[in-house]
Amino acid sequence: MVNQMIHVNSLTYKYIQGPAIFRDFNLDIERGQAVAVLGPSGCGKTTLLYLLAGLRTPTSGSIYIDGERITRPRPHTGLILQEYGLLPWATVQQNASLGQQIRKFYGPDGTHSPSEPEEKIDVDFWMERLKLPPIKDKYPSQISGGQRQRTAIARTLSLNPDLLLMDEPFGSLDAPTRENLQELTLKLWIEQQLTLVIVTHTIEEAALLGEKILLLKQPPNENPEIIDNPEITQPDFRNGKSYLELCKQLRARMDIS
Amino acid sequence: MKKRDLFIAVLVLLGAWLVISVIFDPPLIPSPIIVSKTLIEEIISGELPGHFVASLWRVVASTLLAITFAAPIGIILGQSKRLNRVFSPFIYLLYPVPKVVFVPIILLIFGIGDFPKILIIFIILFFQVLVLVRDRAAGIRPELITSVHSLGAGRRALFRFVYIPASAPAILTALRQSVGTAVAVLFIAELFATQKGLGYYIYFNSSTLFNYPAMYAGIIGMAIMGFGLYITVDWLEHRIAGWQFVD
Repeated sequence: MVNQMIHVNSLTYKYIQGPAIFRDFNLDIERGQAVAVLGPSGCGKTTLLYLLAGLRTPTSGSIYIDGERITRPRPHTGLILQEYGLLPWATVQQNASLGQQIRKFYGPDGTHSPSEPEEKIDVDFWMERLKLPPIKDKYPSQISGGQRQRTAIARTLSLNPDLLLMDEPFGSLDAPTRENLQELTLKLWIEQQLTLVIVTHTIEEAALLGEKILLLKQPPNENPEIIDNPEITQPDFRNGKSYLELCKQLRARMDIS
Repeated sequence: MKKRDLFIAVLVLLGAWLVISVIFDPPLIPSPIIVSKTLIEEIISGELPGHFVASLWRVVASTLLAITFAAPIGIILGQSKRLNRVFSPFIYLLYPVPKVVFVPIILLIFGIGDFPKILIIFIILFFQVLVLVRDRAAGIRPELITSVHSLGAGRRALFRFVYIPASAPAILTALRQSVGTAVAVLFIAELFATQKGLGYYIYFNSSTLFNYPAMYAGIIGMAIMGFGLYITVDWLEHRIAGWQFVD
């Protein structure tokens, strides 16, 4: 039980109108795992992420994270979206410290922020780590998409999450920036011992960032289809044979749906 | 806009005024030189500044009141689809009504003194601020709300860190759009039941005293007030919402 980070138990979720996205869906993710959620548009991958984040409530069934049932956003879960997550009126520095500001605003109340007050939030460390100091006084509209995502990552990781949820975080970036940030994500995942759930619609990204790849199909999703990808931490995996084979396999399995 | 360009424009307008007054020499359009002399005399005598301050006070007081009431209501309506659905038909109906038509009614009900004048400008600005703030708050990207929510923000923190800062520029835009109307309506309101204010001063000098240079001095006072308010809003916009102007 200790090693289980995410436990999705008989989840059913439907929007007010339309069919169920998930029906009696079960999923377990171990602590420290990196899981890529792959599927076509409308398959419910973002919905799943929002459910895990506590931003949506299951129609029935339950979701446990770190042994606790999720009913609202959890202080130790970090979420990074594709775009528009930064305050347009705040500088990079101010955006990166937003989480810290919010925690100060509430104090250690246990719901909006962790109840242990001694936890250290080191925004400056994360600013440095993500190479943000040169642009710290710029506004989001003045920096590149990659820099914006770095800011979002700094903001999220400064709150010391143990679970990081990412919703197509690199979808709007150009190829070199995307590759760069994918590498960085892998590095941070290992370094911070995070459990990582990343939603993506590209096969290559799923293959690069998912130790386990969860394949979602046209709803309703009932049985999770999981593909193992144990080699992602191998050096130069991106250029190896097994990576290409995995992509081929994923492509084939996605076409079947 | 460059200060120099502005200065040139002022000179050109004054020049045009001078030319018209010299060529046509109409009794209703004294030359800017005569008007300037009268303006200075009226300022020194303290006559004009008194009216100016009375008018300025009415505009500033009504503006502050409008922001105090309209901005919070706008934010609350903007962040709640349900509340907005209830109230938007009323706003939809009332917003386009030219509020100046209420001047006689308000003056009849509230009589003399500053209050009815402040009230009428308040009503105009109130709707302008309300609608713009509401639309700005409603237009905040859901992704932004979601991600701030995921950082631990509940309703209170969303107000503090998202809705309020997002609304500040909308308040200033509303003021910028309505400052002209506010001054115009102030003029109308000051024609009745008062002996203070630039509106009264202009009207009294023209229709009772036939002192046209003084009337023009009053008009210049009114123009300076409108322009001053406009550049104040502009300045505040750059100070408070400077991020909108970065390149």
